[in-house]
Amino acid sequence: MKCQLCSNPATVHLTDIVDMQKKELHLCQSCAEQHQLIKKQELNLPAILKSLIGQHIGQQTDELARLTCPACGIKYMEFRAQGRLGCPYDYVVFRDGLAPLMQRIHRSDHHVGKAPQRSVLPAEQQAKLVELRRRLQNAIDRENYEEAAHLRDMLRNKGSHG
Amino acid sequence: MNLDSLTHTSGEWLRGSGPESDIVISSRIRLARNLAAFPFTNRASSGQKSEIESLLRERVARLDLEPRLGYLSVPTLSSLDRQLLVERQLISRELASADGPRGVALAPQERVSLMVNEEDHLRLQVMRSGFTLDEAWQEIDRVDDMLEQRVTYAFSEEFGYLTACPTNVGTGMRASVMLHLPALEHTKQIEKVFRALQKINLAVRGLYGEGSRASGHFYQISNQVTLGKSETGILNEIHGVIPNIITYERQARTSWLRDNRQGLQDKISRAYGTLCSATMMTSEETMELLSFVRLGINLHLVEDITIPTVNELFIQTQPAHLQKIVGTSLDGEERNAARARYLRTRLREAGAHPN
Repeated sequence: MKCQLCSNPATVHLTDIVDMQKKELHLCQSCAEQHQLIKKQELNLPAILKSLIGQHIGQQTDELARLTCPACGIKYMEFRAQGRLGCPYDYVVFRDGLAPLMQRIHRSDHHVGKAPQRSVLPAEQQAKLVELRRRLQNAIDRENYEEAAHLRDMLRNKGSHG
Repeated sequence: MNLDSLTHTSGEWLRGSGPESDIVISSRIRLARNLAAFPFTNRASSGQKSEIESLLRERVARLDLEPRLGYLSVPTLSSLDRQLLVERQLISRELASADGPRGVALAPQERVSLMVNEEDHLRLQVMRSGFTLDEAWQEIDRVDDMLEQRVTYAFSEEFGYLTACPTNVGTGMRASVMLHLPALEHTKQIEKVFRALQKINLAVRGLYGEGSRASGHFYQISNQVTLGKSETGILNEIHGVIPNIITYERQARTSWLRDNRQGLQDKISRAYGTLCSATMMTSEETMELLSFVRLGINLHLVEDITIPTVNELFIQTQPAHLQKIVGTSLDGEERNAARARYLRTRLREAGAHPN
C-alpha cells in the first residue's frame, strides 16, 4: 500500500470514526510526522525486542505448561509457581524453559568449573531411580506392601546410588 | 555434641584474627549438592527424607576428617538450641524452621558444617576468621572431594551440579565475605559501593543473610552467579573488589578522625559508657554500640578492652545465647534487662583487667 500523500510505502495506518463513518488514512512515516499525526520518535529497539521475546516465551509456555516430569511428577507450572524443581531430571524435561531462565539469571547456560571425578550417573538412570522411589512411596501410601516390596527389590538391584 | 559449651566462646567466624581482621570479620563458602537418585528435598516424602538423612549421615561419619564431625538431628533440638545454631551461623533459618527429618554435621571448632535436607540434600559450609577465602575454598573443596567418593551427586555436563533452585545451579557455590564498615556507613559512601557491586553481580546482605538488616554495620558480600563461571573465577572476582572496599573504609576512618576527632571520640565514648551502665538494652542497640566500640579499639581510641572480647559480646548478647548463659528462658523485656546486666558485668571485668 502506498502513502495517500506521496508515493512512498505506507507504514502508518490510522482509523478514525467520524459521524458513524469509518475513515482510514494510510501514510508513510515522514508524511504522518509532517502532519503531526504521530509524534516524531526514534525507533525504540529495546521495547520492540521485549515484545518479541514476550511473544516467543508466550508460545513456548503453552507447550511447556503441559509438561510433567516422568520421574518426580512435578508439572512445569508447579515449578514456575514455587520456583523450586522436583528432581535432577527436571533439568532435562524442562530444558527449553530453563535455558532462557538460566541466561537471564546467570547470563550463561552452561557449566564451567569443578566436576565429579568419578563417572556421573546418566540422566535417564537418575530419572529411573527417582521414578521407582516415587512409585514405592505411592505403594506405601496405598498400603500395597506386595508392590512396595517388589519396587524395593528393583531399587536394590539397581545399586544403592546414594 | 554439647551445645551449652558453645555459648562461652565466640566461634570461628568471630575469632577476630586472620588477614585484614580489623575490617574483614570472616570468609565463608557454601556448596549446594544433591543425591542423583532422589527427588529434591521439597518434593521428597518424609520417608525419603529420612532415607536421605541416614544415608548422608552414615557417609559423612566415615569421612576421614580430624577431628570427626558430630551430627545433630534438628527436630530433636529445642527451639532455643536451633536458634543458637542460627545465631552462630552454623545452620540456616530455613533448616531451623523446616519440617521433617533434617540435621547438621559440625566440626568442633565450628569451621565446617554440613546441613542435610535443607533446600538441597546437602549444603556444605566452611567458615574462617578474616579475609581467607582461598583457605576456605581449599578446605571445602577437599571435603567435597571426599564426599564425592562416597555418594553419587546429581550432576550434568551441561548445567553442572543440579540444585532445587536454578539460581544455585552450576558450581552450587556461594562465597561471601563479612565486612565491618561503620565509617563508610557514616559517610553514606556505602550506597556507592553497593551500586558498584551490583553492577558486577555481587550481592550485599546484612549479618544474617537474605532479607536481614545490616545491624552492627556488618555487611556480607557474595556472588550471585553460579553458572558459567568456575569456582576460582568467582573467587577472583570477589578477591578483586574486597581490597578496594577495605581501602575505602580505612580512608573514611582516617578522614573521620582528621575532620572530627572529638566528635568521633565522643560517639565512641558514649557508646562504651552506655554499654557499661544501661539497665535495659535491645539486641539491635547493643549491635550498634558494640560496633562503635569495635571501631574505637581499631582506631586506638578505646584501650581497655580487646577485639576478641567485643566479638564475643556480639554473639553472646543475641537472644538464644543470652538465654543459654542466664540458664532460663526470658521474654523480651526480661531479655533486655538481662542483656544490659550481662554487658555491664563483662565490660567491668574487661576494664578492670585489660588483656
